[in-house]
Amino acid sequence: MSRYFTEEHEWIDVDGDVATVGITDYAQEQLGDIVFAEVPASGTQLKKGGDAAVVESVKAASDVYAPVSGEVLEGNDALEGDPALVNSDPEGEGWFFKLTLSDPSELEGLMNAAAYKAFVDGL
Amino acid sequence: MSGINESGWRPEMSRVGEASAPATFTGNRALMLEEPLIFEIGTIGTTGVDLADSPKVAARLGGLERNRDIGLPGLSEGEAVRHYTRLSRQNYAIDLGFFPLGSCTMKHNPRLNEKVARMKGFADVHPLAPAQSVQGALAVIHELAHWLVTLTGMEAVAMSPKAGAHGELCGILAIRAALEAKGDARSVVLCPESAHGTNPATAAFAGYETENIPATPDGRVDLEALQARLGPDVAAVMITNPNTCGLFERDLKTISDMVHAAGGFVYCDGANFNAIVGRVRPGDLGVDAMHINLHKTFSTPHGGGGPGSGPVVLSKALAPFAPLPFVEKRGEEFVLIEEESAGDHHGSSFGRMTAFHGQMGMFTRALSYILSHGADGLRQVAEDAVLNANYLLRSLEDVLDAPFAASGPCMHEALFSDKGLADGFSTLDIAKGLIDEGYHPMTVYFPLVVHGAMLIEPTETESKAVMDQFIGAMRSVAGRAKAGDVLLKSAPHFAPRRRLDETLAARKPVLVWQEPEQAVAAE
Repeated sequence: MSRYFTEEHEWIDVDGDVATVGITDYAQEQLGDIVFAEVPASGTQLKKGGDAAVVESVKAASDVYAPVSGEVLEGNDALEGDPALVNSDPEGEGWFFKLTLSDPSELEGLMNAAAYKAFVDGL
Repeated sequence: MSGINESGWRPEMSRVGEASAPATFTGNRALMLEEPLIFEIGTIGTTGVDLADSPKVAARLGGLERNRDIGLPGLSEGEAVRHYTRLSRQNYAIDLGFFPLGSCTMKHNPRLNEKVARMKGFADVHPLAPAQSVQGALAVIHELAHWLVTLTGMEAVAMSPKAGAHGELCGILAIRAALEAKGDARSVVLCPESAHGTNPATAAFAGYETENIPATPDGRVDLEALQARLGPDVAAVMITNPNTCGLFERDLKTISDMVHAAGGFVYCDGANFNAIVGRVRPGDLGVDAMHINLHKTFSTPHGGGGPGSGPVVLSKALAPFAPLPFVEKRGEEFVLIEEESAGDHHGSSFGRMTAFHGQMGMFTRALSYILSHGADGLRQVAEDAVLNANYLLRSLEDVLDAPFAASGPCMHEALFSDKGLADGFSTLDIAKGLIDEGYHPMTVYFPLVVHGAMLIEPTETESKAVMDQFIGAMRSVAGRAKAGDVLLKSAPHFAPRRRLDETLAARKPVLVWQEPEQAVAAE
């Protein structure tokens, strides 16, 4: 399984043709206390770069973009009752949704962990 | 009943530095009165008005009639008046002090406006009164409409939208109607990253997909990125000018030409029109639709003091699609056009935004403001608003990071970031510190393109003395945030309530009052 990152501060775990998507530790740190998260319903068709989910903190509401195209397998329903999971475990229990990749070539050009760290350090 | 609301959080009442002050029996501090919720002081059986018991009647609701009390608190008239008066004393208002909320334009509401709005002929009109009996009120709408199209250089104005976002919707619906009339089904509306959140919300509500336009490092629309995105699917571009970074979009005319060449329309968010009124006519910059917040630019009350009002000016291309009703002058008579009529220039109206004319009480106030200033006075409104904001920007840029200060003068508002504060200190701490200094905080964390944004808008109605005192307070609080003063982390210390737990309030909001016993049981 390999993990990719985007400049929009999302992480993507890829296992076969299934990708799990969430926001990075840096992103949750910047947003502050998360008070609401809206995840896509299974079956939703996502287009790379389109709106996929919503995350709201005491400071602001932000869109989470689909880092790759595909069909949503499931959203993380646990976030509805406990949005704080995004703060406490952003790159684990705080995942947003899983999707079936429709075009694995879209993964090319995404960052690996080292490249993302360098990207964040440069901000 | 207990004086404490145990159904939800309530911050503890102790105050730093006041350990030696005696506790009072009532919890009051001289004229700072503690006030429980109305449910905690009301009792069943008390009432302000004595009415005879109603006679028993047979219910005819098929068993759906209410069978128990709904639990409304009962108070005498005197108790109710005191309750709300006490609460009002804990509020902050433009009539109490400087209200530096950026983007909101919290300017003084002149009392002359209020006097005019209270004249019987305006205050007591009914929206269904025959047109002959309300000629004066219709004349006010017509005269105000004339001023708005003249000041903006546009073709027509829809007076009925009731606030800024309602005006945005009106403008976007007119754009959609114009495109549909040509059989042109475009699906995308573009908004800059610094847009008011209402812009993409409006476009989405009107059925469009929204996409961001990136900004240049100096805080303006990126022309190359916009040109690259324009195409046959773009219905409109929504742009705020001056933008929410407090900067004038110098290239708006070029942007309009690009958008028009691509077959789209330009919507201008006119929330910041107060910075350019009398100086720039949006019509000359190629704008197709723009709402005007009468409650900002033209000084009518808002922020809890009164309803908004958002007339929308329209270009020649959009004017035929404007919503009804319209006031027109025919000979010496003012008539209200309420229905589409063939051959009339309202034949393509997309419908109605409201049941009646719009916010009549705001129209009288806005026209009073316009007539009492005159054309030269309105020009000075814009000049003074910009002068005041630049005075604040330059008086604070050495203590707070001002990300766009180097790109020249700002317009009507000054923008700062949280860069350079001590570790662990944030924009929120500065906002809370300002409460202790006796000010309503500035706008925080907006626009989103600036980290820890603080947006300050003094408006033209504040004097140099008021701003100098505020600058002193800001310099002191900013200095404490940079020095890492731990007492600032727990501010406000002197407000009726200490720092509220905004996270818990948002995650577990208590929206319905419960009897304290039930609340404990539910925990």
